[in-house]
Amino acid sequence: MSDAAIAHEAPEEHPTSTGLNHRKILMWAFLGSECIFFGSLITTYLVYRGKSVVGPYPSEILNIPLTSVSTFVLLMSSLAMVLALAGFERAAGAAGDVERQQQELKKGRFWLLMTAVLGTGFLGFQAYEFIEFVHHGLGLTTNLFGTTFFVLTGFHGTHVGVGVLWLVSLLVLSYFGKVKPLDVELGGLYWHFVDIVWIIIFTLIYLIPH
Amino acid sequence: MSTDATHSDEAHSTTGQYVRIAIILTILTILEVATYYVDIPYALLIPLLLVLAGMKFALVVAYYMHLRYDSKLFSGFFFFGFTIEILLLIALMVLFGIRSG
Repeated sequence: MSDAAIAHEAPEEHPTSTGLNHRKILMWAFLGSECIFFGSLITTYLVYRGKSVVGPYPSEILNIPLTSVSTFVLLMSSLAMVLALAGFERAAGAAGDVERQQQELKKGRFWLLMTAVLGTGFLGFQAYEFIEFVHHGLGLTTNLFGTTFFVLTGFHGTHVGVGVLWLVSLLVLSYFGKVKPLDVELGGLYWHFVDIVWIIIFTLIYLIPH
Repeated sequence: MSTDATHSDEAHSTTGQYVRIAIILTILTILEVATYYVDIPYALLIPLLLVLAGMKFALVVAYYMHLRYDSKLFSGFFFFGFTIEILLLIALMVLFGIRSG
């Protein structure tokens, strides 16, 4: 398949009882369940907030400037993600115009790569933060803050890591003409979900004073 | 989106709109971080931070995840899980609040 190739929506795609794509319904149902998953971790953090009996305490080690930058990086990755989807959709819509299709596909791939790069950058910030905390004596079993913080942000980071792998897979597969706009959209929904979870974590853990 | 009967390409946000939303998200994040450095009464700070985070959440869900334009069924799936979680959070906060006196 050529470099410009893009998989188009299968015209014979079967009709559904809802008129909606089943894969997209599945993704939204999955994201609904993920709300409960992350919500449980956030609730656990809040329930045990301020109940650590030994340090280090959050006010002593949380690095707000650093986390603000990593938050901005993740927000910008969401912008890159929607621009990637727009590129793939425009490429699919320009099926009759090979030159324009190539241009749009190239843009889509570029923004997909940027999303993955920014996501990896966010993970780098998180790894640095974790290492700093360990150097300050905060581990998973040090106190209630350590346990709830590492479990919550660790699971979030794992989701970001899975998202990066997903994006890279889409990028590679797009060169073989195996990526439809819907595939990018589903990856994008997951990515934006990871972003909104961080919006909540950033406020509740970092910004609300301890 | 392109595969949904209820969703048309015309309804899609334009690139310019995506960038405008990113700018708004950035401004909201700057305001959030600013609250850390400005002395704001605690009683005012919590609602302010929650409103700012809620606005960011709503913008990403509505425009970047396209729920504003998509089928209400998708919103139903998402907010069903979200509502259960909010109820769980309130219940546990109350329960643990009572237990700890």
